[in-house]
Amino acid sequence: MAKLIELKGISKSYDSEKVIDSMDLYIRDGEFITLLGPSGCGKTTTLRIIGGFEQADEGELYFEGTEISSVPAYKRQINTVFQKYALFPHLNVYENIAFPLRLKKIKEEEVKEKVTEMLKMVALSGFENKSVSTLSGGQQQRVAIARALISHPKVLLLDEPLGALDLKLRKDMQNELKSIQQKIGITFIYVTHDQEEALSMSDTVVVMANGKIQQIGTPTDIYNEPKNAFVADFIGESNIIDGIMLEDKKVKLASHVFDCVDGGFEKNEPVDVVIRPEDVDVVEPERGMLIGTVTSVTFKGVHYEIIVDIKGFKWMIQSTDYVAPEKTIGIYIEPDAIHIMKKSEYSGKFGDYSSFSDEMDYISNADTAEEF
Amino acid sequence: MKKYAWRIYLCLIFAVLYIPILTLILFSFNETASTAKFAGFSLHWYKELFSSPETFTALRNTLILAVLSSLISTVIGTAAAEGIYKMKNKLAKSAVMSVTNIPMMNPEIVTGFSMMLLFVAVAGILRMEYESIGFAAMLIAHVTFCLPYVILSVLPRINELGDSLSEAALDLGCTPVQAFFKVKLPNIMPGVISGMAMAFTLSLDDFVISYFVGSSNFQTLPLLIYSMTKKKVTPDMYALSTLIVVAVFVLLLFSNMKKSKGETKKVGGGKK
Amino acid sequence: MHSIAAAPHIFWAVLFVVLPLFIVVFYAFTDESGSFSPWNIAALADYFPIFLISLELAVIATCICLLLGYPLAYAIARAKPQHQKIFIMLLMLPMWTNLLIRTYSIMAILDDRGFLNTLFDTHFHIIGTKGAVIFGMVYDFLPYMVLPIYTCISKIDKHMWEAASDLGCSPIKVMTRVILPLSRSGIISGVTMVLVPCISTFYISQKLGGGTFELIGDTIERQFLNGARNIGAAISLVMMILILISLAVMNRFTDSDGEDGGIIV
Repeated sequence: MAKLIELKGISKSYDSEKVIDSMDLYIRDGEFITLLGPSGCGKTTTLRIIGGFEQADEGELYFEGTEISSVPAYKRQINTVFQKYALFPHLNVYENIAFPLRLKKIKEEEVKEKVTEMLKMVALSGFENKSVSTLSGGQQQRVAIARALISHPKVLLLDEPLGALDLKLRKDMQNELKSIQQKIGITFIYVTHDQEEALSMSDTVVVMANGKIQQIGTPTDIYNEPKNAFVADFIGESNIIDGIMLEDKKVKLASHVFDCVDGGFEKNEPVDVVIRPEDVDVVEPERGMLIGTVTSVTFKGVHYEIIVDIKGFKWMIQSTDYVAPEKTIGIYIEPDAIHIMKKSEYSGKFGDYSSFSDEMDYISNADTAEEF
Repeated sequence: MKKYAWRIYLCLIFAVLYIPILTLILFSFNETASTAKFAGFSLHWYKELFSSPETFTALRNTLILAVLSSLISTVIGTAAAEGIYKMKNKLAKSAVMSVTNIPMMNPEIVTGFSMMLLFVAVAGILRMEYESIGFAAMLIAHVTFCLPYVILSVLPRINELGDSLSEAALDLGCTPVQAFFKVKLPNIMPGVISGMAMAFTLSLDDFVISYFVGSSNFQTLPLLIYSMTKKKVTPDMYALSTLIVVAVFVLLLFSNMKKSKGETKKVGGGKK
Repeated sequence: MHSIAAAPHIFWAVLFVVLPLFIVVFYAFTDESGSFSPWNIAALADYFPIFLISLELAVIATCICLLLGYPLAYAIARAKPQHQKIFIMLLMLPMWTNLLIRTYSIMAILDDRGFLNTLFDTHFHIIGTKGAVIFGMVYDFLPYMVLPIYTCISKIDKHMWEAASDLGCSPIKVMTRVILPLSRSGIISGVTMVLVPCISTFYISQKLGGGTFELIGDTIERQFLNGARNIGAAISLVMMILILISLAVMNRFTDSDGEDGGIIV
């Protein structure tokens, strides 16, 4: 797949606050790429620069090999599905979707044919004459997608398009978006703060924080081989523990030496060690590699979420078996469940569950609406 | 008990507010020329009114002026509201808003007096009689005092609408000008219409500024009424006022009914 | 569309709003031949009593408008929605009826040989007193006080009353501690909208004052009719400055949410 869009050294500041810091990224033709990050990480601004709604302060933006920084939005072959859909309230469903064709003064028969086809694709046949304000959120979403796709753009930008929908509908729309993308085969650039959404839909995930790209990779890469503590913490749940790399495939943490599968570090180099909660097995204390005390147990449906205090560090363990609080348990970890990362600016900031609560998680997700 | 006190209060105020208007309507049907003693019912003063060419000229002038000044101020004002919204420099924006507000804040008498001085100066420079620029002066004055009301009626709508719809239009291939006319304008239309209605009524009703700026060859209704009240007033002016009151009443009733109809429609849609 | 769309308006405002004000300043400081003269301003001392009486009447009328108008606005805002609409319409109807006619009608009613005295065969002398002028001002401008306050009160969340009384406010305390402070911006724009036309009116005082005393608006009109533009300009200038200062002072009390008030149509 060829490079379709390329960002070279893109920077952007608002009121002297840097939102994007010299970003390099290329996007291939036909891929489903997701910009993932917490609110304020610069993902929406990146999208708006690609769409032509913002000008970068520095850097170049290439589309099929030509610099397009100064090309206005309406001349770019890039269309957008906006966060709150931005459907035109004064037009009905049919006219909303036909809007781009009307601008090109296309004949009515052709317009009708294309709009009908689009409505069929998004499963809204028969809704032509409805006013957009009477549609449900999911239906408005479909109209927005149809409207953005009708003039056959080469790229579709989607800015948190599922943010306003409820959970069940969101899951359905995820599948639908993915299948639409596969059907028409154009590039989708998707912006979200929801890591699950990113992992389940994308070919490529770009994890961003503080205006910088933290990691680019396939969903499995990102999950299994996070590059630093930020990515490890943001994608799924992680225990991130300080460790020392004694030699290749030998890491010491919590005064116990573990076998692992990673190598290529200096001798005795301090590292961050990532262990996913689902990879930790609960065993009898005498069989455990480490021993700790259970401080809390929460039932989560599929599993129990167990917080264990091991030498002052709180680990999260997910287990299908119930363990009573206050009990002393042992834990066992397979070598391939241990992932070693180089130390970074994010070391020590994430991955300890001592202050963990669901409420905190909720707050950190709730503020995304204020993003640019 | 408390409830009744409130009702009595409301009734009292509205009674005082309407007594002069009701007496005026009453005496417009008076048989004699008295505005103090009702002698009997007659349509005499209405006939008098309609047979007066002066009144008709004034009515025609007033309507021409109101239509033109509301149209011009709506076009300039709507464009200005969009422009002010797009201004990024906060200092420039507040400077423009301050200048915009001057005709609203300044006493009408000062606005009228200052514009009169300007037009006298302009007439002097052009070596023309003041009368020959009378209509232009009046039109300019009316547009000037209508503009802030149009802007203040449109600007909140534009602010409320935000950029998302315009951006969507640009994204779908509109040029910025197309985006404004095809998407933004239809969605801020209620603000534009109410701004225009306000400009129209303000122009229709204006006396003070017209009095200072106007000249004898361009008489409007308020100016005519003023010149009539200077002399001994005959009830034909009352007849004229009655007609205006009835017209305004019908207009208000109509617009209110239309508004509430629109609202119930919206509520019905929301329930689905 | 860019900010350039505001250009015609800015051009217009500079030419027809700002420039005329500069001409007023120019006239105020020159004599009839156009050369500099401080005498117009110096002569203003003679008009000081007129300024004073204008201010006195305008302030009294504004206070009465506020005292009558606030309860009225409150009562309307607390009425049923469909009743609110009717009340507001009733309030606006006189507003859109020509001011001259309304004022004249009051005169015809209150005149020594007017409707009232004829009807009851009495001989009250009202026209020509300060009271009549104040009554005229209140009558003409009361709706301008009520509408902004009404807009402000009707925007207050209905739960505010419940919350306040839930927290232990008596009905009077709900009013003084919660509702009054929340409707402050409406009060200020109402006061502005009444005070300014009251200070500068010339029609009301002519008709209802019966020509027994002169207000500052009458003085400007008289100078205008006499062609004494320089002294008229000087009086206008001072009046404008006084009003702009008082508006600026009042605006300091509205914590930057000035858009709450204003007129509604």
